[in-house]
Amino acid sequence: MAILIDETTPVLVQGISGRIGQFHAAEMIEHNTNVVAGVTPGKGGSRILDRPVFNTVREAVEATGAQASVMFVPPPFAADAMMEAADAGIQTAVCVADGIPAQDMMRVKRFLRRYPRHRKMRLIGPNCAGVISPGRGFMGIMPPHIYTPGRVGIVGRSGTLGYEAASQMKALGIGVSTSVGIGGDPINGASFRDILELFEADPDTDAVMMIGEIGGPQEAEAAAFVRDHMSKPVVAYVAGLSAPKGRQMGHAGAIISAFGESAQEKVEMLNAVGITVAPNPSAMGATVAEVLQGRHAA
Amino acid sequence: MDIHEHQAKEILAGFGVPVPRGGVAYSPEQAGYRARELGGEAWVVKAQIHSGGRGEAGGVKLCKTEEEVRDYAATLFGKQLVTKQTGAAGKGVYRLWVEEASDIQQELYLGFVLDRKSERIMIVASSHGGMEIEDLAEKDPDSLRRMIIDPAVGLAGYQARELAFALGLSGGQIAQMVNVLNACYRAYRDLDAFMVEINPLVIRASGDLVALDAKMSFDTNALYRRPDVAALRDPSQEDPREAMAADHGLAYVGLDGDIGCIINGAGLAMATMDMIKLAGGEPANFLDIGGGASPERVCTAFRTVLSDPNVGVILVNIFAGINRCDWIANGVIQAYRDIGLDLPVIVRLAGTNVQEGKALLEASGLPIIATDTLAEAAEAAVSLRRQNAAA
Repeated sequence: MAILIDETTPVLVQGISGRIGQFHAAEMIEHNTNVVAGVTPGKGGSRILDRPVFNTVREAVEATGAQASVMFVPPPFAADAMMEAADAGIQTAVCVADGIPAQDMMRVKRFLRRYPRHRKMRLIGPNCAGVISPGRGFMGIMPPHIYTPGRVGIVGRSGTLGYEAASQMKALGIGVSTSVGIGGDPINGASFRDILELFEADPDTDAVMMIGEIGGPQEAEAAAFVRDHMSKPVVAYVAGLSAPKGRQMGHAGAIISAFGESAQEKVEMLNAVGITVAPNPSAMGATVAEVLQGRHAA
Repeated sequence: MDIHEHQAKEILAGFGVPVPRGGVAYSPEQAGYRARELGGEAWVVKAQIHSGGRGEAGGVKLCKTEEEVRDYAATLFGKQLVTKQTGAAGKGVYRLWVEEASDIQQELYLGFVLDRKSERIMIVASSHGGMEIEDLAEKDPDSLRRMIIDPAVGLAGYQARELAFALGLSGGQIAQMVNVLNACYRAYRDLDAFMVEINPLVIRASGDLVALDAKMSFDTNALYRRPDVAALRDPSQEDPREAMAADHGLAYVGLDGDIGCIINGAGLAMATMDMIKLAGGEPANFLDIGGGASPERVCTAFRTVLSDPNVGVILVNIFAGINRCDWIANGVIQAYRDIGLDLPVIVRLAGTNVQEGKALLEASGLPIIATDTLAEAAEAAVSLRRQNAAA
């Protein structure tokens, strides 16, 4: 069924009445996404894009059975929107906003721990492009037409680099089961490891393309997970070979500030556990193709 | 966002951290006056720049007379102080901090940072302070104590006591250390800091603790709700190009190469720089124009990149999601006309409205080299740069 979203997932749009929220909600609907409602405090009772709008996430969930939510909420209000979704029983939330204070995210992550495992919300992002299962639905801001449906999962921090990987794969006739942008912030929701675990369990995914970058410990954690728990092949690329130490490269989290956080060190860590690392960003698609061929031959 | 040592000391003192008495000076005369005002027999004069390693670079001096304070101050003002953290250009000294000299018995290290693994605030402390944390981690890793703070509870009293005892403190120093730890934590939390560092935190001959140096940096994403912190920004310490770019909503980082880069998305920007490097070239900058870029923003990006005199060729790489290739193409064309561009430009467009974008570039009749893939774009940029440099 791909991961996180398919054509049946009932999706809520938080911030649907804003210009950006409305634009992307319309795109999502046009590309097969089961958008069931919107939430904008104060706009409850109205209709946008022929969908009912509610004042609170709780009301929307009770009335429509929404299970997933994508939020187009400005950074100062995003942490609150995430906590509201979690408390209303949303299972998967995607937060696109770039510029959320780190301590707000610290509080959100602490808040999410109050729920037992079976009803703990899975947060994707923030500062991400979202989640797409090509042809079946998406939550986010990606251009859906660059993806071909298929059986390779993509997970990456960067939105545009994820597009790059998908289009290189498309040019080689390789399709995507689901592509997940986990975002470029230092504190984010689902990690590489979390998404790899979902892909490993997904019968519609044969292999995974993982796109890391400088900064943070998540690639190392992913490498350990691949070594110990993954049977499916993983191909990786790590951006930032030419990034100087101590300088923030666009993403708030893309900064080399500790041992093991440079691209070279991450590439070595991934290589060491048998992950095939694409030699350059133009070879992401070709490397996936080689690994898939090797698997068929074996 | 970084601030000066004297600002960090003032903030931390406000939360209850003991700091040496001192004053800011904007001229040699004022530095001398500060020394007289403070009284005593010796003063430390410290250049205020946004960098560590000032002592080794000659930016800190113990002076014994008011005249010595003035003379030393005169050598510092207007100087570009080069430390191991500033790069070759150094940072301009426009203000000094003059403080009473302290008799030091022992130097400790104390830092509060965002720990990305636990996603919480972490205290790092050592009984061996005075050197940079990176050196400390390498030379004396066993002396480092780490403690993670639960955001729902805050720093617990027992945690602070444990740390104080672990650092070898005793008697009244325990209560003093607990006070310093609480003060730093509250400053970090209440002001949306990214880092609070007291290095060294010294034990004076009297046995009392005092923050001899202090460094704070702040979460730029939270400045909207911390106007008092935002007001401490000092543009004289910033790269003027990076500051100009930031004012226009562009993320720009200047580098040492000669291939200018204009890209959308941080990851794609880093990847493009990697590709240039692998093709044998050197990127002049990192630049992310962000989503929904208007032709005007593209034009500003060109101006920013061109303000670096080393740039000999420009590579534009756009994978449009929220962006639209036709807007980007219009921006490139506008930049040619408005700026009178005379450098070769390589453009790679992909994603939303790519055909419209390519058609616009072609119809413009401008000498733009259009490529389809990332690899072609990087290779074209590198080979063009080589031809130009040879000519």
